[in-house]
Amino acid sequence: MPWTRDDMAERAAKELKDGFYVNLGIGIPTLVANYIPDGIDVTLQSENGMLGMGPFPYEDEVDADLINAGKQTITELNRTSYFSSADSFAMIRGGHIDLSILGAMEVAENGDLANWMIPGKMVKGMGGAMDLVAGVKRVVVIMDHTNKAGESKFKQACTLPLTGTDVVDMLITDLGVFERNGSGAFMLTELAPDVTVDEVKAKTEAAIEVGNHLS
Amino acid sequence: MNKIYRDAAAALDGLFFDGMTIMAGGFGLCGIPENLIGALRDSGVRDLTVISNNAGVDDFGLGLLLQTRQIKKMVSSYVGENKTFERQYLNNELELEFNPQGTLAERIRAGGAGIPGFYTKTGVGTLIAEGKEHKDFSGETYIMETGLKADLSLVKAWKADTEGNLIYRKTARNFNPMMATAGKVTVAEVEEIVEKGALDPDCIHTPGIFVQRLIKGAVYEKRIEQRTTRKKEAV
Repeated sequence: MPWTRDDMAERAAKELKDGFYVNLGIGIPTLVANYIPDGIDVTLQSENGMLGMGPFPYEDEVDADLINAGKQTITELNRTSYFSSADSFAMIRGGHIDLSILGAMEVAENGDLANWMIPGKMVKGMGGAMDLVAGVKRVVVIMDHTNKAGESKFKQACTLPLTGTDVVDMLITDLGVFERNGSGAFMLTELAPDVTVDEVKAKTEAAIEVGNHLS
Repeated sequence: MNKIYRDAAAALDGLFFDGMTIMAGGFGLCGIPENLIGALRDSGVRDLTVISNNAGVDDFGLGLLLQTRQIKKMVSSYVGENKTFERQYLNNELELEFNPQGTLAERIRAGGAGIPGFYTKTGVGTLIAEGKEHKDFSGETYIMETGLKADLSLVKAWKADTEGNLIYRKTARNFNPMMATAGKVTVAEVEEIVEKGALDPDCIHTPGIFVQRLIKGAVYEKRIEQRTTRKKEAV
């Protein structure tokens, strides 16, 4: 059975280490905050200008001046600091953030990432994604393995405009986990329950290696 | 010199011309100069280039200026919340220059600080890098980005004193401090104006030198885009 959105978020949360400063992207990555392992203390950065992001507010705590990068209302903690967008991206571009967990439209076998536009169809913009993949020490991507038509989103080469080249360190899909050392090939290292290596291969356009313990 | 004006229209009087470049602070609808945007719409000034991280929503913020077709070009990092924007852009009725958010923030910071250009790794190997100077530093490739300035910057702060010193509140700070430095003229709107000496000088975010005109906003709707809450646990 492939992983759900929450399963993928829970798996991504295992990449958090004690003391990390972490930026979570919009969508499934936001759910990672619900699965921070016990005993692991991480500080969440929100690129609109906040370090130390707290949980969603109770109804009577909602504050229009306090939102996350997904424009959702949020709360502060006793460790929180606020700053300008320039300072925020000094943290991101200056290599001070340990881990970024992002969503994607396509990932390529060489670590390229596309997640910001579909020419002629959808215009959203890259927001902070290009800065995050260029500046953060480690980039983990969460996405569905295939699109609605069943086509692989994990590709030989991205067909959509890129967010960054050779930037993805780990890919988590509903079928499994793919890890990459430096600029090498992705290796399938974990499978979702009841998913087989053959199924992953059949649904993957990218050239991948398979971990010894799975083959 | 008195920097305080009675309302948004008065504070903007004499500053508009068609084809001008305007910076507007805010992230989403948080920390936007909503009173000044209203006066900008009412002025009817046209063919604007607007530099702002987002484009508001269809019926609030900068979306109001898209409805009236006063904007010729947007310089932004993310416009996904605005259907009017998407339609006008896909119909070639609106020019759009996407900037990575950190690049946008740094271009504005640089423009205000008299820095004409800088190099960054952000966007290397993407559409953003096309036509830009590439340069290697210590074996890594960077692209050159230029500083940004505006004819007019519109910013929103929480409190000001009569000198134009500004304090922002929580995540409503975002792009406002850099934009305040990058306008030939900067007009600030705030929720409260206090006498000079009433703000702690150690806690000023934007020194008054960057602010030429100031108003207390008449009304603050402070619309929330994504009201997300949690339930109180049962006791």
